[in-house]
Amino acid sequence: MVGPESTAQLMSWLVPGRTLFLSIHLLGIVGFSYIVARRLVPLLRGECDFRFDRPLVRLGRVFKYWLGQWKHPRYRTAGILHIFIFAGFIVLALRAFTVLIVGVSQNFVMPGLSGRAGPVYNIVTDYAATIVFLCMVIAVIRRLVFKPERYAVPTRYGTGHTADAIFLLSLIALLMVADSLFAAAKTAGQLQQGQPVEVLAALSLPWILQKALLSASLPTLGSVYFGAYLVHELTFYLLLCYRPFGIQFHVETSLFNIYFAKLDREILKPVRWGVSDEHLDQVKSFGVKTFEDFTWKHMLDFYSCADCGRCSDNCPANSVGRPLSPRFISIKARDYAFKHYPVFGRAHNGATLVGGRDSGGIYSEDEIWSCTTCGACEEECPLLVEYIDKIVDLRRGMVDEGNVPQSLQKPLKALESRGNPYGKMEKKKADWANAREFQQTCYVKTLDHRNGGDTLYFVDSITSYDDRMQSIGRATAKILSHVGENFGILGSAEKDSGHEVRRFGEETLFMALRDHNVDAIKASGVRRIVTADPHAYNALKHDYKDLPPVEHISQVIAREVKAGKIKFNPIKNEDSVYTYHDPCYLGRHNQIYDDPRDVLDAIPGLKRVEMSRSRDRSFCCGGGGLMLFYEPKEDQRMGVKRVEMAAEAGANVIVTACPFCMTNMEDAIKVAGLEGKMTAIDLAELVDQQIARESQKVA
Amino acid sequence: MEILVCVRRVPDTSENEIQLNSAGDDIERDELVYSINEPDNYAVEEALQIVARVGGSLTVATVGGEDDEEVLRREMAMGAHHGVLITDEAFSGSDGRGIATILKAFVQKGKYDLILTGVQAEDGGAQVGGMLAALLDYPFASLVNSIEVLEGKKLKISREIAGGNKEMNEIDLPCVLSIQTGINEPRYVGMRGIRQVASVPIPTYGVTDLGLDACSVGEPAARVKRVDYFVPELGTGAEILHGSREENIDRVLELVAAKGGPK
Repeated sequence: MVGPESTAQLMSWLVPGRTLFLSIHLLGIVGFSYIVARRLVPLLRGECDFRFDRPLVRLGRVFKYWLGQWKHPRYRTAGILHIFIFAGFIVLALRAFTVLIVGVSQNFVMPGLSGRAGPVYNIVTDYAATIVFLCMVIAVIRRLVFKPERYAVPTRYGTGHTADAIFLLSLIALLMVADSLFAAAKTAGQLQQGQPVEVLAALSLPWILQKALLSASLPTLGSVYFGAYLVHELTFYLLLCYRPFGIQFHVETSLFNIYFAKLDREILKPVRWGVSDEHLDQVKSFGVKTFEDFTWKHMLDFYSCADCGRCSDNCPANSVGRPLSPRFISIKARDYAFKHYPVFGRAHNGATLVGGRDSGGIYSEDEIWSCTTCGACEEECPLLVEYIDKIVDLRRGMVDEGNVPQSLQKPLKALESRGNPYGKMEKKKADWANAREFQQTCYVKTLDHRNGGDTLYFVDSITSYDDRMQSIGRATAKILSHVGENFGILGSAEKDSGHEVRRFGEETLFMALRDHNVDAIKASGVRRIVTADPHAYNALKHDYKDLPPVEHISQVIAREVKAGKIKFNPIKNEDSVYTYHDPCYLGRHNQIYDDPRDVLDAIPGLKRVEMSRSRDRSFCCGGGGLMLFYEPKEDQRMGVKRVEMAAEAGANVIVTACPFCMTNMEDAIKVAGLEGKMTAIDLAELVDQQIARESQKVA
Repeated sequence: MEILVCVRRVPDTSENEIQLNSAGDDIERDELVYSINEPDNYAVEEALQIVARVGGSLTVATVGGEDDEEVLRREMAMGAHHGVLITDEAFSGSDGRGIATILKAFVQKGKYDLILTGVQAEDGGAQVGGMLAALLDYPFASLVNSIEVLEGKKLKISREIAGGNKEMNEIDLPCVLSIQTGINEPRYVGMRGIRQVASVPIPTYGVTDLGLDACSVGEPAARVKRVDYFVPELGTGAEILHGSREENIDRVLELVAAKGGPK
């Protein structure tokens, strides 16, 4: 737009406003700096958080998730719209600054744009402004006419955010119009005076406006030029200073939020960064009780939430009517921060966040217990906002205060005294393997200093003690024995993996269980560990340290199928249509999506369909471990929804690879009235059932 | 208000498979896990809530051995200010009256406005609370399921009566109340809490500390003696329906009608 060849007369149109423009610049910059400084206050009071390591990895993620907008296309329309707006903003950033400076220094040219690059850049920005403007129009129409459900605000979370959203969208649209008008007025003036004209991009907003202005008189053009500049400048600073008050703050914070985002998502946040397990006893308070107990990064998450609702749209708890919506975990905390750390006035902090509405609490207890830690919200968030760590930290705070639902106290106590949530005797832990008939077909040894083995089968509580799930244990043992694995179990020396104990906020009990198991595993001298329980798998792999390598049985089976050690008999029932349900802790948390599918596809005659929500969008069955004891307030069971999704996909057999999924699915089949029409089977059970064994070949 | 809660450590019925020993005179105790007697836990929670409302302090005491210290620590982790272990060789084999006698001597060592017990011990007979009150000549109310502190050293309490109804009473302090489960929702105590009170000293009291006559307690003084334990034989009368869902529904309706239910 602004070339050195511009005439003095045109540029002088802005001269009378120079003082005004400069004042607005200063006011805007000072205002914005002040607001941002105030917004940083709670971050400085927050807990520490180690996010400064591996800068190259972090930069790579900035390229992928920020510049590359990686997660956005998961929602096609909104995602593409956002990519256009984002790209437009990036392109227009230089132009915006140039225009701002031109108001006080008329011959300013952005370094690098004085040569040939200038006109090319100008053409690109003309289109960018046009696209952003059109996107704003579409966005407003979407908000007003199509009203996507995920933007709605349930009454319990306050009033809708539509007015605010439209106000912001309109401001951006206005900015684009002012910017284009500024360019159009100048070009029209140049044309009228027969001066050399910068080319405006055909059919762009500046181009159209320029056509409209061609017949206007020179003084009118001068006023339009001046007016457009003033509107542009005011809108720019209004947006800049208003954004830190709402959802658009992400324009500023997203870059930092993604740079500092958690790199090892599978590893749960420690109780306190920088405090080792041995020193945890000296930590006075566990978890998040007040806002200031959140880490600075978690506070940055709250600022960065763009209120897009994708998390809650995918949250199984939200979808069955539990009192949890991840979006409002962020929004409520952000509103709390704004209220308690106001831009003007003193900060007043220290209220308890959970419960105690009268004393300023923003979360209900049920809200925090409702989360199954399935990770669907985090998988979806374009800004990489974290939820699981916050939920766990809030639970740690509640556990520390003794604020635990009665339904969970019994299993926690039993885990403490017996090492399993059912309060069953330790000596019965291996009963599933020791039943005489089973012992005759498949001998499972208990590993100790006399009986060694290469591989440990870590069974965990539910598979050991639950009558139904013991079948998964036996199938797993038979598969391991079929592939010639020298394996054994820990028997009574194995305690619960503590996976849910940790995720329910009982860190101290978890550490006791973990330490016990680590000692027992090390004493057994095994070289690797296999489990059929994704929760145990996740705990052993990520929550425990210094253990031999851990595998889920689906990985073992997939490998042995490829190696030819496992061969299958064809499926007999031709009417069976199978679908695979991804357990959260196998899929989303550990990215094991293909192994179980490869195994299924290797079974001759097996017809398999995919549910619409599969792989990283899998829908949680209802949660495992302690979640089975929790009595949530909900309209419907997650499992029932999931079973209905399977029916919708045309399946009549749900294959899963997790004993908790199995519990929930089988219950849900009954509740949904699909008994006889739908069955659930564990991958290990199916494999054991279909394996072609030597004896059968002979027969 | 100074409150004393008398607690007891019992085998946890939900985490044990209770079996008779070979002699048949006791249960097999080798692999038992123990916990606080559940109603006592409610009593401690109630006391903590009263102290939070009106001030004062809470002492928990148990008559038992070294192992029983575990439940005192658990209740101290909940918030009890003091724990006291009342222990002596001479106490072993006490019947309910013996325990009440020991507790009476302990109560008289201090100044308590309110004494709470659980409604009954899971391995006991709901005797001690009432006997303690009688020995102290204090007013007593059992099955208490709400407590409100009134002006002038009085409490307003409700008791559960037949049919789930409530009876409201006023009672003068000092008094003894036996607390029904469900009066509140006891707070959770984890290992961390217990570890934090692990080094708090727990004073012990024996026969001489309490000024008791050794003959008035323990086995020699017991007038109720346990002679046997037995597991009731499985009776008949239960019928398991094995049909399809529809058949079972029809059969249940039939049975209900046959027993005089709605047709």
